[in-house]
Amino acid sequence: MDAVEESTLTIVDPVLLAFADEVGASGPVAVAGGRTRWDVGGSLDPEARVLSAPSGVVAHQPSEMTVQVRAGTTVAELDAELAAHGQRTALPDRGGTVGGAVAVGENPVDVLARGRLRDAVLQVRYVSAEGELVTGGGPVVKNVTGYNLPKLMTGSLGTLGVLAEFVLRTNPVPPASRWLSAEGVDPTLVFGAVHRPAAVLWDGLTTWVQLEGHGVDIDADAVALGRLSSFTEVAGPPAMPDHRWSLTPAEALDLPAHVDGDVVVALGVGLAWASQPQPPRPVTPEVAAVSARMKENFDPTGRLNPGRSVFA
Amino acid sequence: MGLLRRHRRPQPKIDPLVADLCGVLSDDRVRVDGAERALMARDASVFRGGVAGPTCFPTSTAEVQAIMRVAELHGAAVVPRGAGTGLAGGAIPLGAPIVVSTGRMNRILDVDLVNRVAWVEPGVINLDLSRHLQPMGFHFAPDPSSQAVCTLGGNVANNSGGPHCLAYGVTDAHIAAIEVVLIDGSVIMLGGLEAEPVGYDLRGAFVGGEGTLGIATRIAVRLTPNPPAVRTLLLSFDTVRAAAETVSAVIAAGIVPAALEVMDQRITVAVENFVGAGYPTDAAAVLLAEVEGSPAGADIDAERLETIGRANGATRVRRAESEEESALLWKGRKTAFGAIAQLAPDYYLHDTVVPRAALADVLEQVYEIAERHDVVVMNVFHAGDGNLHPLLLFDARIPGTLDRVHAAGAEILRASLAAGGVLSGEHGIGVEKQRFMGELFTDADLDHQNRLRRAFDPVCRANPGKVLPTGHSCADIQALRAVPTGVWG
Ligand SMILES: Cc1cc2nc3c(=O)[nH]c(=O)nc-3n(C[C@H](O)[C@H](O)[C@H](O)COP(=O)(O)OP(=O)(O)OC[C@H]3O[C@@H](n4cnc5c(N)ncnc54)[C@H](O)[C@@H]3O)c2cc1C
Repeated sequence: MDAVEESTLTIVDPVLLAFADEVGASGPVAVAGGRTRWDVGGSLDPEARVLSAPSGVVAHQPSEMTVQVRAGTTVAELDAELAAHGQRTALPDRGGTVGGAVAVGENPVDVLARGRLRDAVLQVRYVSAEGELVTGGGPVVKNVTGYNLPKLMTGSLGTLGVLAEFVLRTNPVPPASRWLSAEGVDPTLVFGAVHRPAAVLWDGLTTWVQLEGHGVDIDADAVALGRLSSFTEVAGPPAMPDHRWSLTPAEALDLPAHVDGDVVVALGVGLAWASQPQPPRPVTPEVAAVSARMKENFDPTGRLNPGRSVFA
Repeated sequence: MGLLRRHRRPQPKIDPLVADLCGVLSDDRVRVDGAERALMARDASVFRGGVAGPTCFPTSTAEVQAIMRVAELHGAAVVPRGAGTGLAGGAIPLGAPIVVSTGRMNRILDVDLVNRVAWVEPGVINLDLSRHLQPMGFHFAPDPSSQAVCTLGGNVANNSGGPHCLAYGVTDAHIAAIEVVLIDGSVIMLGGLEAEPVGYDLRGAFVGGEGTLGIATRIAVRLTPNPPAVRTLLLSFDTVRAAAETVSAVIAAGIVPAALEVMDQRITVAVENFVGAGYPTDAAAVLLAEVEGSPAGADIDAERLETIGRANGATRVRRAESEEESALLWKGRKTAFGAIAQLAPDYYLHDTVVPRAALADVLEQVYEIAERHDVVVMNVFHAGDGNLHPLLLFDARIPGTLDRVHAAGAEILRASLAAGGVLSGEHGIGVEKQRFMGELFTDADLDHQNRLRRAFDPVCRANPGKVLPTGHSCADIQALRAVPTGVWG
């Protein structure tokens, strides 16, 4: 049988190998991105060495709908590269890095249009607790070759591996986009009146809806919405209250009636933003047990992002 | 296959494992007869030589839990099984394990329109669910060609795809939560209906786990609204290359159709003889494309797709004028594998992924490889995803044929890897491709996949001998008393 030529999966970037050396095989370590979500998961053990992940967009292939990007790249820089070719990803831009966005795993406001962040991570390269460079997933849009390490790493807060590089799925930017807003309209009717809204937000009184797609479709959707209430064109979504909540879509609909202060709910998704923080969400002993084994298997000495936990 | 001769019919009441299983299920739901074991010994793949132990037909989570406890007591391995339509040998029992069939766990439990999910048992047939949802204006987006027979549990375990996964994503994107019975008998809910369930994404880790992480007993699947308008187009080409290049050009133009499927001439002729859908038999390749949305938007996309197709050499473009015509075109695509039965007694359906830009080149290699090994090859595949499905036709009764098929298959795999692709896009690794895992991943990569696996099943009794090559899969090797025949060595 012929020997295999080198697959793109096995070609390893010297920049990443140097990063693996920097992480090394012992001592507590963490990575700082833009520090925009620095407090998620608890506060870092002061003993930990704080590193920066390598940066740069390695390869963007618009016709493959993929981009290979190092973790330290800012989301803004990635967005600029993609936008120049009429594309985008599911990563929210809060002024941070790609690695930070994937480690935290939070979806963008218009998740209905862009898709979930977790579904965008096709391949991940990270440095293991033993200091080795590990690859999971693959550089193509469809892949079931082996266990899904990209899913496991996304939202893991860097507690299972030090995230170094990703291949992300991209999507075309739709031809047109508009935000409309109206007061006093039932947001569930809005959600039902439009085939695939990019976002429907509601604060208990006002509804905002983002329409995306072909101009003709947006016009038709706007007419359909006009039959429900008098919608006016607005620049974008409202300013969100500070605290992000994750709920079921049904629970989120009830939220404005049940908490004090400002609330904005994303319909059909279950995300909400409120002026008060979400109460802790308990996990079952079974989930805790498998998660503890996961942490133990990937980081036996507990050196990765110490002090932080996905359950905090 | 010699099973009946080799194994004396077991005595149900004497075998202590069987006796214990009968203690937790009714006797009629524990089967040990030769016919049942022969049936359970294989799936829809070409691999033979699996040896099934007792087959259990639980009807509830509690019963699956009880089976796991009995298995633990006896140190027995457990293989979950849906409809057995898997093509990578994922459900093939190695070393006479307990087979847990989900056949009697086939209820649609609840359709929750506010949260846009349906709770189903794992044995529900994919198409039955979409039929059930249709009047409510929804469907389950992943639509494997086997959707009329395969189960949602199997879809989850294999992270199955289908023609419409180009725009909507594969099974994984459509599963919100999964109730799983782990190998130690504990019941765990992975994921949830919340926007971002707390903790590690164990749900995402489980999907595609090929039955090695536990048994799914309840699944919350996301509902996709039915599109207001659908346009189906059939484009004819003089070369397979022109069809493949059209696919890349469409994506590069910023259109993500609902489906982009390519069929080469051999399969088109076979399908046309089978269903008479009006497919052109003189074209070297056809591209079946579907766009959807509002009527106006879908027309714009259909128009653009037609223009791009013609610019890339489409000799004819047929647009379905009615739902019936569209359904007929799809019938052609979906019964392609059935059509093969007229041509050869056996086929090996391969599954690799390559970057879209490499489709045309790799296809040329596929034809060349098949010719060199004197095997007839046909291609029908999810071109939009770069997901190739070379179909190698053969007659297993002719000695040596299967060896040639496997040799050609291995070369096709290597050609796909060399082009920057991966081993499988939707059928999984099973016993079929585990030996090739080391050609794609390093030892460290495989070790980390095994760490994920061991967090769910530290004792390696859930479907042992699958996915990871031996040497990377904890104690698997001890659990195996038989290696299936036909596995490439
Ligand atoms: C003609 C034909 C066309 C096909 N077309 C496609 C296609 O377009 N796309 C595609 O992706 N696949 C396709 N397949 C492959 C196959 O149908 C899918 O992989 C399907 O998802 C398998 O489902 P099943 O119920 O038959 O599972 P099985 O074959 O019974 O099992 C498959 C795997 O799932 C595990 N499993 C089953 N149930 C559970 C459970 N409840 N919990 C945990 N693990 C479980 C098994 O252990 C095994 O590893 C096709 C197959 C055929 C024969």
